[in-house]
Amino acid sequence: MAEQTIHHQEPNYLEYQGKYKGLAGWLTTTDHKRIGLLYFYSMMTFFLSGVVMGLLMKYELIAPGEQIMGAQTYNGLFTLHGLTMIFLFVIPGVAAVYGNFFLPILIGAKDVAFPRLNLASWYLYIIGAIVVLISQFMGDGPPDTGWTFYAPYSLKTNTNVVAAVTGAFILGFSSILTGLNFIVTMHRMRAPGMGWMRMPLFCWTLYGTGWIQLLATPIIGITFLMVMAERLLGIGFFDPTIGGDPILYQHLFWIYSHPAVYIMILPAMGVITEIIPTFARKTIFGYTAIIISSMAIAFVGYFVWGHHMFTSGMSSTSRWVFSLLTFLVAIPSAIKVFNWTATMYKGSINIQPPFLWAIAFIFVFMIGGFSGLVVGSLATDIHVHDTAFVVAHFHYIVFGGTGFAFFGALHYWYPKMFAKMYNIRVANIGLLIFFIGFNLLYFPMFYLGLMGMPRRYYDYIPMFEPANLLSTIGSWIMAIGLTVILVNLSRARKMTGKAVDDPWDGKTLEWQIQSPPTVENFEEIPTVTTGPYDYK
Amino acid sequence: MYSGASNFVSGTDDAFVVIIGISVIFLVGITAAMLWFTYRYSKKRNPVATQIHGSNTLEIIWTVIPTILVLGMFYYGWAGYQPMIKAPDDAMNIKATARMWSWLFEYENGIKTDTLYIPKDKAVTLDMVSPDVIHSLYIPAFRVKEDIVPGKENKMWFIGTKEGSYELFCTEYCGLSHSYMFTEVKVMPVDEFNAWYTRMADNAVQDSTKPVVPGAKGKQLVQVNGCIACHSLDGSKLIGPTFRGVYGHNVVVVTDGKEREITVDDEYIKRSIYEPNADVVKGYIQGQMISYKEQLSDDEVAEIIEYLKTLK
Repeated sequence: MAEQTIHHQEPNYLEYQGKYKGLAGWLTTTDHKRIGLLYFYSMMTFFLSGVVMGLLMKYELIAPGEQIMGAQTYNGLFTLHGLTMIFLFVIPGVAAVYGNFFLPILIGAKDVAFPRLNLASWYLYIIGAIVVLISQFMGDGPPDTGWTFYAPYSLKTNTNVVAAVTGAFILGFSSILTGLNFIVTMHRMRAPGMGWMRMPLFCWTLYGTGWIQLLATPIIGITFLMVMAERLLGIGFFDPTIGGDPILYQHLFWIYSHPAVYIMILPAMGVITEIIPTFARKTIFGYTAIIISSMAIAFVGYFVWGHHMFTSGMSSTSRWVFSLLTFLVAIPSAIKVFNWTATMYKGSINIQPPFLWAIAFIFVFMIGGFSGLVVGSLATDIHVHDTAFVVAHFHYIVFGGTGFAFFGALHYWYPKMFAKMYNIRVANIGLLIFFIGFNLLYFPMFYLGLMGMPRRYYDYIPMFEPANLLSTIGSWIMAIGLTVILVNLSRARKMTGKAVDDPWDGKTLEWQIQSPPTVENFEEIPTVTTGPYDYK
Repeated sequence: MYSGASNFVSGTDDAFVVIIGISVIFLVGITAAMLWFTYRYSKKRNPVATQIHGSNTLEIIWTVIPTILVLGMFYYGWAGYQPMIKAPDDAMNIKATARMWSWLFEYENGIKTDTLYIPKDKAVTLDMVSPDVIHSLYIPAFRVKEDIVPGKENKMWFIGTKEGSYELFCTEYCGLSHSYMFTEVKVMPVDEFNAWYTRMADNAVQDSTKPVVPGAKGKQLVQVNGCIACHSLDGSKLIGPTFRGVYGHNVVVVTDGKEREITVDDEYIKRSIYEPNADVVKGYIQGQMISYKEQLSDDEVAEIIEYLKTLK
């Protein structure tokens, strides 16, 4: 898409030495690619700890009664699992890792608009994570409120809630600043000729995400401050015994936390939109329609939070209005799925791991989306609200959606980031095992929810046992798949030989530069003359 | 699917059938299309891709059709929910109290139970209150659920249409024993229910006139207030200390972080009910119990103390 030749003389970003060497060099870097990797390694650490917590919980639920832990430990564990996975993995997730690494390259820039602010965002992320970690070991024990911190329970429990919400509060700033940075980068730093309507679609999803981060995150910040003020100073915001309103807390919490779901999923959709044209060797079907649907999701997503509260005693008018808006937000997601599928039609499909991750993503994302219709509809939500059905639904969206896209992106961009190619066959086997385990783990929860098993249950009555057993076995299979995938990728780092610069025949800018990219990405800023997926 | 235990089952299950039915058709269709394209247009079978930039006609079609379908789904969801909004005027009122971690149902004639007994084919309204945190009353077989929010009076209503016992769960996470906060709904034929209803009321009247068995009233109070969810009667350790042999026993308590030994007497029990966190027995977690000042009068506490004295 750009006229440029590359000479492999500049040091690449992995070898480059600035003022400091080794670890100090990484911790003081303002290179967006190194910051992307800082996020990547810290995030994988948190993700894998979250996985271990999930496996422990699934083991506890293998049969009724106590297996390996007591109820208080279990309640602390699902709280920490939620906090870790939501705030430390999926919310920053795809945007912080691949957005940081590839956004500047995709638009033909040398870095983000504010490189030092970018590093500061990572530090805020790490400080927030440390504070959340501290909440586990200090005060009167790990928080046991669930990641939602619903009042008045979160005000009454004597566990260490204040530290946990402080951590989440700090993490919010990391998110806000990253969003701001990306928005400004796209406004100010596109290469000559890179008009808005020539931007790769991954960038467009980061743009929508950036605005949600910027506008919605302050609300959760203030809400958490109110929780702290109530716990520490006894100001009655949410506790009815001192004049507060617990429902107000739920509104404030979900005004952020629902749009947060789109912070998680939009960049994931963006990744899939990059992968499919590359492997179909075909331009994306409906470029403009995909942009409009991304922006529509970001916008309508602000107005659907009430669907988390259909059983809270909200007025029946609020209930039907929020239900209707929730159904409307399903439409742009459907449009995306149709466009992805249409892009495959009459393509020349190169069946490689990233492509297989993309179609696996579409499959699990559809299950997540369709089950979302069940919880968005009034009568059916009243039955399955706060049951295992909801747990299955959001794991299909957040893990099936964002998680699959995260690993798809890793397989897609791995040769660019590290200039190494992993073993394709092992990658495919890993995906297959992971996919089977994932579905075996979460699908039975739909059944359990329909049968009436509430969520956040440490123990259950015998009728729920068979499906729980199946789900636990699924968690083991998924863990095996994940191990295969990660071992395969980490072994690739040590392989001799270098991957070619454009192994997939991609047309976007990152495939036109050397692997690994040089510190400044481009020797000369390219001039863009065509759209992003210019297959002839 | 339609062997419903309440009047809301068919409306709700219709919405399930419509939504899940349409979803499965699309899931299977799109997945099949993806797999077929991947096979038919693989690099091997189709070496050169045909570049297609899009089609406005198709975009409009696949915007309009899903819009119509989701509006249909919305309608079914609304139609299933709409009858739940308002109870008929002649509904029987039962007060439902949810507290950490047990249920209490109070009938119009003063009966208190921890299981919900209702007559078949008669509308029942639950007036729901919580003295502590948010709970949620869920009867899966009836397809009903509503949160119980402290400081608010949420209501729900239903008609049990099939005789039997059904699970009743708490579905809003409410702390340590959330998963044990369940009971049953018993739907009884009307005459059987009426017999039970008057018998229970008579017993209550008789109790107040006949010679008092020591602790009998206290025993009832302990049951309906859910004390035994956390305090066992057989000596086993639950969330709180057991009631067995507690009276007159010496225990080490923690007061403002300092340990001291006391004897469990009338005064200590009363303080433990009204200010449960003042002196917590060593080895138990603070902050698990709320004050029962609003629920239990001085006389009732005295009755409970009488009962505890009998538990040797």
